[in-house]
Order: sequence, then structure tokens, then C-alpha cells
Amino acid sequence: MTMMQETGLTVVCAYDRLQPERGVAALLPNGEQAAVFRTHDGELYAIGNIDPFSGAAVLSRGIVGDRSGVPVVASPIYKQAFDLRTGMCLDDPSVSVRVYEVRQVDGMVWVGSP
Amino acid sequence: MTRTLVVVGNGMVGHRLVQALRDRDTEHGWRVVVVAEEGRPAYDRVALSSYVDTWEPTALSLPGAEFTEDGAVELRLGDPVTSIDRAARTVTTAAGHVQSYDALVLATGSYPFVPPVPGHDLPGCFVYRTIDDLDAIRAAAERARSRRHAGRLAGMVVGGGLLGLEAANALRGMGLSPQIVEMAPRLMPIQVDDGGGGLLRRLVEKLGLTVHVGASTDSITADDDRLLAKLSNGVELDLDVVVFSAGVRPRDNLARESDLAVGPRGGIVVDDGCRTSDEHVYAIGECANLDGRVYGLVAPGYAMAEVVADRLLGGSAVFPGADTSTKLKLLGVDVASFGDAHATAEGALEVVLNDPVAGSYSKVVVSDDASTLLGGVLVGDVANYDTLRALTGEKLPAEAVQLIMPAGSESAGIGVGSLPNSAQICTCNAVTKGTLIEAITSGAATTVPALKACTNAGTGCGSCVNTLKQLLSTCGVEQSKAICEHFPQSRAELFEVVQITGIRTFTELIAKHGSGRGCDLCKPAVASILASLESGHILDGEQATLQDTNDHFLANLQRNGTYSVIPRIPGGEITPEKLLAIAEVARDFGLYTKITGAQRIDMFGATVEQLPLIWRRLVDAGFESGHAYGKALRTVKSCVGTTWCRYGVQDSVSLAVELELRYRGLRSPHKLKSAVSGCARECAEARGKDFGVIATEQGWNLYVGGNGGFRPRHADLLVSDVDTETLIRLIDRFLMFYIRTADRLQRTATWIEAMDGGLDHLREVIVDDSLGICAELEAAMAAHVANYSDEWRGVLEDPDKLARFTSFVNAPGTPDPMVSFREERGQRVPVLIGVPEVASR
Repeated sequence: MTMMQETGLTVVCAYDRLQPERGVAALLPNGEQAAVFRTHDGELYAIGNIDPFSGAAVLSRGIVGDRSGVPVVASPIYKQAFDLRTGMCLDDPSVSVRVYEVRQVDGMVWVGSP
Repeated sequence: MTRTLVVVGNGMVGHRLVQALRDRDTEHGWRVVVVAEEGRPAYDRVALSSYVDTWEPTALSLPGAEFTEDGAVELRLGDPVTSIDRAARTVTTAAGHVQSYDALVLATGSYPFVPPVPGHDLPGCFVYRTIDDLDAIRAAAERARSRRHAGRLAGMVVGGGLLGLEAANALRGMGLSPQIVEMAPRLMPIQVDDGGGGLLRRLVEKLGLTVHVGASTDSITADDDRLLAKLSNGVELDLDVVVFSAGVRPRDNLARESDLAVGPRGGIVVDDGCRTSDEHVYAIGECANLDGRVYGLVAPGYAMAEVVADRLLGGSAVFPGADTSTKLKLLGVDVASFGDAHATAEGALEVVLNDPVAGSYSKVVVSDDASTLLGGVLVGDVANYDTLRALTGEKLPAEAVQLIMPAGSESAGIGVGSLPNSAQICTCNAVTKGTLIEAITSGAATTVPALKACTNAGTGCGSCVNTLKQLLSTCGVEQSKAICEHFPQSRAELFEVVQITGIRTFTELIAKHGSGRGCDLCKPAVASILASLESGHILDGEQATLQDTNDHFLANLQRNGTYSVIPRIPGGEITPEKLLAIAEVARDFGLYTKITGAQRIDMFGATVEQLPLIWRRLVDAGFESGHAYGKALRTVKSCVGTTWCRYGVQDSVSLAVELELRYRGLRSPHKLKSAVSGCARECAEARGKDFGVIATEQGWNLYVGGNGGFRPRHADLLVSDVDTETLIRLIDRFLMFYIRTADRLQRTATWIEAMDGGLDHLREVIVDDSLGICAELEAAMAAHVANYSDEWRGVLEDPDKLARFTSFVNAPGTPDPMVSFREERGQRVPVLIGVPEVASR
């Protein structure tokens, strides 16, 4: 894996590989999994891939959309919505997943710990 | 150390005590000896009157009443206790047995009160309390019938209360003409007032019962082999049978004889822990007198039984008080009373609505300032009962008279909206309006089924379900047919929009006819509509982003993030070679296999990157997608039919295969299931399906709107004895009409139920073509059939689509470390490494 020395970010794929409103899973050097999304407006988001309600690594496979304007992904297991910006579960604010830093550099998407 | 509990009496309440104690006495602290007068184990005395329907005592059996499996309980039936020695702590029975006790519970119930009328003990006079009493009445009626060859037999019931009316109905069931004699000026004097009693009388008389109110029996004398009764109003009655049901009295003689305290009007005095004046002796049920009251209903008796069970195990439960509201159907007449039905509170006001034409009488009792509901009586129309009972003791939400306006009238003002939040809507499970509103407004439940699931309301007797609907509508939920926050249209409306405008992308549709960017509700719904209106692959272009994960990966997501794979096996018919092919795939990929209920084989545990490899093998062996993952046609199940079966009358397998191949890949608002049975024995369970076909000698019967699952429903007959061509044409129309007009996730059963005019309307549309749309529906189905192609093959042949089936975008081929298996019964099953951090749902 290619890492940016100074930031700890990892390159995961070409920006064009991301279909708008459809996620992909990325494996980080520390063994963690990130769910990476490109929304309809071109924005990039990355949150933890493991659904805290089921324990399965599936959030990248959820449907992306919005709830009252907030960009969300719905867990494909039990359908809870997670705010792509903060990782907070909108159906149970006591639950959240972590958020990763994500950047586009020269057409490539980089993800890592903030 | 095991102590001995002696329970005197084995009625419903005594039995409940033994059950409750045995359920909770896990330490085996008590041995239980039940000593009772009746020779049979406890039975459902509340339902005694239904005994005359079958004359089968076991129909009244209470489950587990014989305690045959329980060594800690001994039933000694048919030998009543005759005395108690409290100093020695023993009881003595009629047969002379002496039994010692550490604790004694008196559950002796009550005895029928027989007024001291001269002749009350003549042969032909009975009481109405036990199965034996009813057997005796029946035997007397049979004897009378055998003596007489002409004229109707007649019976008199002394007492026009609840039990008296039941007894009169029982006599009617035995072929006797019942005469009811009630001393009070009305029927059911305890539950209803004069107005309600008057209406009740008229309704009962219509059924052929004769009623004498304000009258007592002066004498009964033998008259040849019949009886002659003289009433206080001068009437003389020739009778074959007399039944006394003039109320009951607590059976407290054992307590009296052993100097336990009894109430001035009877009943063994107990405290709120149901303990008598002797700390080792309890009394429960109709023989007990608690706070000066003797309860003649089973529910308070059960509550007392629970209290004593708790106390015996060291608890400190107290009697919670009793709701004596009643609602019942007597002789087909609905009667209800609740709270202070007789306006006994000082200054209480009565508001009455009496409609003899409609056959309804309603009264509410309110406080002297007309601000609080105290109670009421309803006869004939009890639709408002649940709301009114919930409102008892609460501030009036509207003018009193509006509370009892018949439902549907313009001025009916007692919407559920006016109830206070503390009012109990579901009394079975004690769910208040506040709890329900919370569930609705928080978004946790926006449908009646969801409300039931998350609050338990409506899951008991179900009588509050209508109120739940009203509550949803007061919260502004139910009216909205909007799919979600992004589309104000219903699914059917959106279908029309897409059909008429020709819009074929989600982005254009939401921009022109919706708002925002969509969600997991509207996206799959639009994907389904697009799939119904055009023939491309469901993962083409933007459509891929609309699909639920199952459709997106063309497999069924399981709890650990892996998928299961089901190839199509049309009609459940499969060759040995194909079975071997499935077996080899499952073996080579280490998949868990299971036979499904739909006559197919499911292979579990496939990871995302394995799916195309598995499909390649299956497609090469001649399989295709079974669409188990989609809101689409799943399977057409079949029995073997005439080919093999000795009883079959048509070739059900061939038809099932034909139907499954015709409708495979058809996307719909919800999953679609079907079956074909080769004869009326129905081995394929076709009536449990959305569309089911059952063979007849002349052709096929088509049934629609069945399903299993959460709310099972049998399909209804749409047409009978049609030939195969007609059958298929009708199914084409049925399915296309459903696909175009049903709501999101609405199965065919609820679609038909919700349709104006129901099944009849459906038949008009698709059989008689009342809307003139059948040609269009058939053409749409023909297009579907012509354009079908296998979705798995579609992925295998498209490198772009194939590229999406990877575990990690930056490490394709690296398996998801969260997926792990262990072995169970020779197969791999998931190990949940990622134990959920929080409870779901």
C-alpha cells in the first residue's frame, strides 16, 4: 500500500472508480476497514465499515442518499442511517462509527486516520 | 425443607394459584395438595354455557389442569373438606382423610343462591353452576321430551342477570321455551340501568325469550309430571324445568365453622395480601371478602391467586384492585358497563342517548360539574366502549353527549385525539396513549403493524386496532401515502408518472417530481418501477445505485456480511446431474446448504468476491438466478400431479414449470410466490401463495391474495374450472395490475384488502375488463416475457459490473477479516467476530 508519510493517509483507488452514491470498502494498513463514498455533488466521505448494530463489515454496501438534507448511508442489515459527515447514527444518536479523513489528490482517493 | 400447601377447591382461581406457585417455586419449597368437591379437574367455568354446544366436557378443559407430569402436586377430587382444625393445622375430608398443612388456601368459590320459594327443591328444579348441573338439566329435558309427543317444552329461569340470560339461552339450545323471571325492574340489574335493561329486553324478546321483570316466584308445585309456577304478578307457568340463577353467595361455611372472620354479608375477610384472620390461612376468589367487597368475576380472582403465590414464596405482593368493567355478547346482543355505571357518586349526572329504532342505548355518568367521566352503560352499540373505558376518571375532552354519539355521525366528537396521554388504549397490555404517541412521533412506528411491534398494543384481544389507526391519523401519519420524505407520491402514482413522462433515470425523476437525493425507501421502489417498465439489466448505469444490497449483489445478505445463493429450480423439479452440480459447487466453495420451503436449495456463506465464481459454475451447469434476493417472482411450487400421483387430476408440475419460466425475473412491489396443486388435496399449499392454482376435473381454480409469514392468509377463489390458456391470461392481468397499483412492500393480500370493493372489484377489472385496461396489461406481460434474460449471466458477461464484486477496492482478493466460520453438524456456520456493540431494533 502506498502511504503519504507525513499524513498517514493511504491511497485506495482512482476517483473515477467511485460510482456516485455507491460505496466501496477499503482496507487500511492498521487492519481497519473504511467505507468510502462519493456523493452526487462529487464530495468524498469515509466512515468505519463495520455496522455497530450487526458487527458485520457492510456499511459500504448500503444505499446512499439524504435525510432532511444530511448525507447518509443506510446500513444494509437493519437499515439504520449514518451521517456521512460525522458517523453519527440518526436513528440512535448514542451510536456512531468513526470518521476517516479522505482527500482527492491528482485523481486518486486517499483515506486515513485524521 | 419442603412445606405443605393445602388448597381447598379446584375451580379456575384455585387452579391458577397452583399453576402460579409451581411456575415460580423453583426451589421446590412447597408440596401442594388440592382437595376439591367436584370430581373433575378444574375447567373453564366462565365458558360453561358453551358446554351445550358440544356436550363434551373436554372442550372446557384448562391446559395442564391434571398435573399428571408434576410430582409436587396431588389432586384429591370428589372428596370435599368438611372441617378445619386451625390449632393442629389439619383439614378433614368427607371421607375422613386428615391432611396437615403449613399453609392453607380457601378457594371454595361460591354457591348459587336459591330463593326460599315453596317447591324449590322438587324434582325438575336445578341450579346453573357446574358441568354436572348442565348434564342434569339436559337429562330432565330429555325425560320430559320422551313423555310428551306434542307441544314445546318450557323452562323457567329465576334471575335475569348475566348468568340467568346465559341459562335461558342454554335452555333454548336444548329446545325449551325459556321464561325469564327477574325480581328487579329490568334485566341485568347489576350491569345496566333501566334504559339499557329496557332495550336489552326488547332485543332478547325478539329471540323468542319471554321476560317477566319486577316479578318473583310465589310457589312451585308438582302438576302430574310437570311443574306449575305461580308468579307474584298473577301469571301461572306450566313448566318442564326450573333453573335458579338468582345470584351467588360466597362459600364461607368452612371459615365460619373454624371461627375465621367473615363479612356481614358473607365472604371470608382477607387483607390486601389475601390473608385471613389466621396467618396460616388465605382465601381467594369468590369466597373472599377484600375491603368489604366480594368479587364475582374471574379476573380479580386470578389477581388474588397471583398475590398468594407471591406471598407463599416470601414476596409482599398486594391486591392491585380490580377493573370490573364488562363487555360481553349475550344472545347476540352487545352489552357493556364500566366505572360508576349507576351514578352512585354524589351529584353525579347521567347523559343518555336512547335510540330504540337503531337498537342502541348509551349512557355516560359524569361528575356534578360535568368535567370528569365516571362510568357508563352501553347496550346494542358498544363501538365507543374502549375509548370510554380509557377515559374513565379523566377530564372530559368534549361535551358529554358527544361521547356517545354513534360513530360516523357528524357531531361524534370523541376522537382519540381528545383523550389524555395517560388514557390506556390497549388494556390487555396496559399501553397508554402517551406511549403510542411517542412511538409515532419519534418515527419508530408509522403503521399499525409497526406500532404493534414496538409497543405491544393491539396484540392481545385486538379490539384497540381501530383506535391505533385513528391515533396514526391524528398524528398526521396515516393520511400520507408518500413513499418517503423525498417523494410525495404513492408508489402507484409514481408508477404512472414514470410511465406517462417516459423519465427513465432516478436523477431526472427526483429533480422533476421529488426533492433531495433519495433514500433506502424510494430508491429501491423507483428501481422496481424502472425494472417493470424497461428491460435493461438492473445494475445498468445509475440504476445500480438504487438497488438494495441484495439486488446490488444478486444474492441474499446474511447477518455476518456474507451472501446466500439460490439458483432457480422451476417447479422444484431437478435432475440428478443438476443436483450433483449444486453439491459440487457447495463443496468446492465450502457453502452451508439447506433445502428451502420453496422447493429449492440455498447455499450460504459466499463472500462478495466469490459470487461471480459461484455463478460461473452454476450457469455452466445450466442454472440461472432464482431471484431469491429480489422483490420479484420467487418460485412456483408444485406437487407431482397426474404424472406420478394416484389422486392427481391435472399435470401440476408442467404447469408450475411453465408459470415459473413465464414470470421469472418479474419485479414487483413485494416478493411474489406461487404454487400449483394437482388435486383438491392441495399438497403444494397453493392457497398460501400470492397466486395459487388448484387442479379440478374440468381445469384449474385460480386463487389470489394468500401469504404465510407474519399474518398468514388463505388466498381467495378468483375463478374456477378455467382452461390453461385462460388461466395464464388472468394471471398475466392480475400480476401487472398488482405491479402498477400496489404500494411499496404491499403483498397481494393487503393490496386486495385495501382495494375499494375488494375481491369483487378485482374480478371486475381483470376478468370482466371493467376498466378496459386488460389488453395493455397483457401486452406489458408479453414484453416482460420476451425480454427476460438471466441477471447472473448479465454480470458475468460485463467486466464493469464484475469489477464491483471485490472485498476491498484497494486489496481485491483479500478476504474480509470479519468473516469467520466454525463447524456445526458437518457444515460451516458464521462465527460473529464483530459482536454487535449495541442492540439493534
